[in-house]
Amino acid sequence: MSEAVSALNGATDEGFVRIAECGLTGMITLRGDLGAAKLKKAVKALCGVEPPARGHVAMADHTAVAWMSPDEFLLMVPYAQADELCAQLDQALAGEHALAVNVSDARAVFRLSGGDAVREVIAKLCPVDMTASAFGPGQFRRTRLAQIPAAIWMPEEGVMQIVCFRSVAQYAFDLLKNAATPGSEVGLFS
Amino acid sequence: MSTRLANGGRLLNRGKPLEFTFNGKHLRGVEGDTLASALLANDQMLVGRSFKYHRPRGIVASGGEEPNALVGLGENGRFEPNQRVTTTELFDGLTCASQNHWPSLEFDVGAVNAKLSRFLPAGFYYKMFIHPRPFWKHIYEPIIRQSAGLGKAPRDRDQDSYEHFYAFYDVVVIGGGVAGLQAARAAGAAGAKVLLMEQTPHWGGRAPVDGGTVDGQPVDKFVDEIVSELETMANVTLRTRMMGAGVYDHGYMLGYERLNDHRPDAAGPRHRLWRIRAAQIVTATGAIERPLSFAGNDIPGVMLASAVRDYVVNYGVSIGDRTVIVTNNDDAYRTAITLKKQGLEVPVILDARASGGGALADEARALGIRIENGKAIAKVKGGKRVEGVAICLQAGEGAVLEEVKCDAIAMSGGWSPVVHLWSHCGGKLLWDDEKAMFRPDVDNPPTGADGARFVLPAGAADGEMHLPRVLENANAAGRAAAQAAGHASKPGTLPVGETQDEAPITPVWMMPQGAGIKLRMKAWLDYQNDVKVSDVQLAAREGFESVEHAKRYTTLGMATDQGKLSNINGLAILSDTLGQAIPQTGTTTFRPPYTPISLASIAGPARDATFQPLRRTPMHGWHEANGAYFEPVGAWRRPYCFQKAGESITDAVQREVKATRDSLGLLDASTLGKIIVKGPDAGRFLDMLYTNMMSNLKPGRCRYGLMCNENGFLMDDGVVARLDDDTFLCHTTTGGADSIHAHMEEWLQTEWWDWKVYTANVTEQYAQIAVVGPKARKVLEKLTDDDVSADALSFMGWKDITLAGITARAYRISFSGELSYEVAVPASQGRALWDALLAAGKEFGVTPYGTEALHIMRAEKGFIMIGDETDGTVIPQDLGLDWAISKKKEDYLGKRAQERSHMTDPTRWKLVGLQTLDGSTLPDGAYATADGTNANGQRNVQGRVTSSYHSPTLGRGIAMGLVLNGPARMGDVLDFPKVDGTVIKAKIVDPIFYDKDGEKQNV
Repeated sequence: MSEAVSALNGATDEGFVRIAECGLTGMITLRGDLGAAKLKKAVKALCGVEPPARGHVAMADHTAVAWMSPDEFLLMVPYAQADELCAQLDQALAGEHALAVNVSDARAVFRLSGGDAVREVIAKLCPVDMTASAFGPGQFRRTRLAQIPAAIWMPEEGVMQIVCFRSVAQYAFDLLKNAATPGSEVGLFS
Repeated sequence: MSTRLANGGRLLNRGKPLEFTFNGKHLRGVEGDTLASALLANDQMLVGRSFKYHRPRGIVASGGEEPNALVGLGENGRFEPNQRVTTTELFDGLTCASQNHWPSLEFDVGAVNAKLSRFLPAGFYYKMFIHPRPFWKHIYEPIIRQSAGLGKAPRDRDQDSYEHFYAFYDVVVIGGGVAGLQAARAAGAAGAKVLLMEQTPHWGGRAPVDGGTVDGQPVDKFVDEIVSELETMANVTLRTRMMGAGVYDHGYMLGYERLNDHRPDAAGPRHRLWRIRAAQIVTATGAIERPLSFAGNDIPGVMLASAVRDYVVNYGVSIGDRTVIVTNNDDAYRTAITLKKQGLEVPVILDARASGGGALADEARALGIRIENGKAIAKVKGGKRVEGVAICLQAGEGAVLEEVKCDAIAMSGGWSPVVHLWSHCGGKLLWDDEKAMFRPDVDNPPTGADGARFVLPAGAADGEMHLPRVLENANAAGRAAAQAAGHASKPGTLPVGETQDEAPITPVWMMPQGAGIKLRMKAWLDYQNDVKVSDVQLAAREGFESVEHAKRYTTLGMATDQGKLSNINGLAILSDTLGQAIPQTGTTTFRPPYTPISLASIAGPARDATFQPLRRTPMHGWHEANGAYFEPVGAWRRPYCFQKAGESITDAVQREVKATRDSLGLLDASTLGKIIVKGPDAGRFLDMLYTNMMSNLKPGRCRYGLMCNENGFLMDDGVVARLDDDTFLCHTTTGGADSIHAHMEEWLQTEWWDWKVYTANVTEQYAQIAVVGPKARKVLEKLTDDDVSADALSFMGWKDITLAGITARAYRISFSGELSYEVAVPASQGRALWDALLAAGKEFGVTPYGTEALHIMRAEKGFIMIGDETDGTVIPQDLGLDWAISKKKEDYLGKRAQERSHMTDPTRWKLVGLQTLDGSTLPDGAYATADGTNANGQRNVQGRVTSSYHSPTLGRGIAMGLVLNGPARMGDVLDFPKVDGTVIKAKIVDPIFYDKDGEKQNV
């Protein structure tokens, strides 16, 4: 297998927060009855976490499960294992009406780090309340980043992750870079 | 003359001088000046020419309501026209120039219009320029455009940056005067999350200038204390230089923050547009003083009384040595007292009220100022400057009693609450007869989705003009807003304001009350658009009785200041002329923004590289590096062709087609839509979506399908592959990927919600490469051990293979008529496969081709293209695609529509091939003419070209078109007139021009 290359090949930028394209992340779209015991069990077995509630993401060391819609989870797994885990899910859900599909290559993931200021960068681009009391680690929000669909979550305080479609990775990176330009701090969240 | 006083100027830092230029003249100001105060400190009274008559104009106001003093600010990449000098903070090196004059501000040729003003009344343009009709476009309009207008549009690219910011609050308080501060304190104390914004750099509004005390100390002391207190509250955010620009539905509002206008070389964005959601909004936006309508009220040196006071107190600038005060209320006496105490002269106060003023008048009289009750200004003496006033009786017609020399006039016609933001989202207004003002009707507020109020006015914006009442009212508004946002509180201690009682105002809409036409023609209502009392009266006489009509006829209130000074006076004149009460006339509509905001702030991040999202395939970088001439396809950029050095676009396209037909071509087909459809009901679902049968497709096989909307019109097409019993992969057009996925979800979620089907859009998961041409199999065989022979992977089959070490799925489908494989691999390995195919294909002369070659090859084969052969009005039957419409199926989307009489009409134009007799290429979209003309005198038509290309394969032009009875008229010759008047003759032929039997693809 030739080497897989993420959309921006790990590009980084240092503004008033650090921006990095995370490289390839395994992602599986799982659609089904999120309340069904069999599906919950399969998700837990695969990712090692209890499936999240609406608007949330459940995170473990190398995996995460995000609530996307009333019938959809996004499973984040190591990239190299995505196909295999997708097949495992299919097997575990045999007989259930569900759809598991590897979408790892369809996405680009960014990581912002640099304290509370990461909230400001997002607040310049996404119509989401970035106050700590309104959004924090454990929450997952599908939104828009300027003109593109995106989702955001915080693996921990001071760190923000963003996922968008691969084809618009450069647009997303440019937006984030501009929003984090030194001198453009808003000073609202620190 | 206006000048800097030796002392005073509470906002100034006199120790810090600043230099600036006005019309190239070097002038000096100090830190804390606005451009307006600095110009006045340099005796620059004349700052511009008016819009229509080019009258000399000076500064009238001290805030955002300023109509006259607009300048072109900055240079080159920082030039911006129509900037109000009153809201521009002075900085070192500022450059500005006055507008709307030629050749110079002092000597302006256009001022001849003023001499002709008798012939340029309201509606003049409408009446004069209507005939003869062609004259408007070619003669009148260009001349009028040249002579009218304010600033010039910038020529250079804006060199600054701008951004948006999304913020969420319980309570947003707009306006940082004493009312806003107190409202924010009350809401903050209740525990609400509060944003307080103030458009100027200073807190406190105009209360520190107007005087009075709060809790026994001067107002500015109170302001300092309350600001310090608010700064310590973690739940309160304070922002200066931020204007509440607009209030919209559902508590949405815009805050316009001017970060760097006053320090253009600082880092960071120039403007930031805050897009705010607020549970409750408090408008503490204050009030604006009204001018009085007397003859010559636009001569430089005539100013609002409050502005005269502001310049003295805030900036240590006097407008003149001798200032006549003219008023109909007590507030203007404050100006007289301020001037007198500064040692300046006030020759007379003309109080239009017969009964005169109250406590403030007594104070003025005690200072020795002459006060004349019941008197008015008959007219102002002077041209480019005030030289004196002619005094008359307010009750009379303007007979001059006396002339008084003066060099400034301070006028006050009363105060109008700033109700704009209250009104933006539907807040109603009440006419308060006693105070002679429109103020918010608090029983009819803007309401949210729940029907509850979400905007409250506070202080002067609520019509409270008296300091103690302002504070009480604002406190109540702050508490009520917090409570409505879920933060109830006990009443706290209220600061107690004290100020003089005032005698009631007497409304004065025209001065003197019986002014004759000569005076009325010189009494300005709207300074910026040059609308006079006589114009509004003319409009009323000519039947423009609705205030909205009168506004548009006269242009009253239509300038960049949106009539902040003129609207109330204008509608009062209109009411008076119509003989009706003011509330019957009503106001025009208040629309956002409150004052103009920069277009760049609205665009925010949407400029340059981030103007719009540009979608790139994994091979985009290779395309860019290899001569791709791109065309936009949706948000994608796809190579139209790849140009070699020195090669024309046409030549590149022709080369790409030939190379592909002769040997081997590669197409980046990654943009094609790919949607997974899975579930026990997937087959049934696709049978409804496509016109043909999909449920009987075998796993491992592909089928071309057509998708119609409910009206039967063809909207998308593509190849469906069955992956397993439960799962299909639907290919869509590039442009259709998102909309077809949404179309599927809509039907699943709204109509067939009980069908067991899930979909997923996997368009971007795969890079897809079409390997096309006689050598296609050979190149694949070089890169795989899997069997891709005709038997193992037959036409319209698919197979999982390993290609160049990459897990791939090869679909043996062809849109070119050649032997062709479309190979899909994970996107992150797309570039690797592309490179591998280029290397392996080298011996076959592998040629990457673009969308135009793709189009030509499909047209040679007679394949339709969504968007060329279809335009939203074409059904599959028009295109001879009956073979792809199942007769067996009971139903599919569009079936019933296609049975309607118009759809089955045999005279619908149908698809045919068109072959020019001379071998030339038909213009795309050309019409085939028929005999006779239609009801509009146009030639009848009998068909049109839908696709047209020069075919390098056949060496001549080929085309497809929709033609009346086309398929039955093979061999007929049609006329296609060109725009140059010549006609191309083309024969109706079969649309398949090349390899009709499909021998090339079936090998």
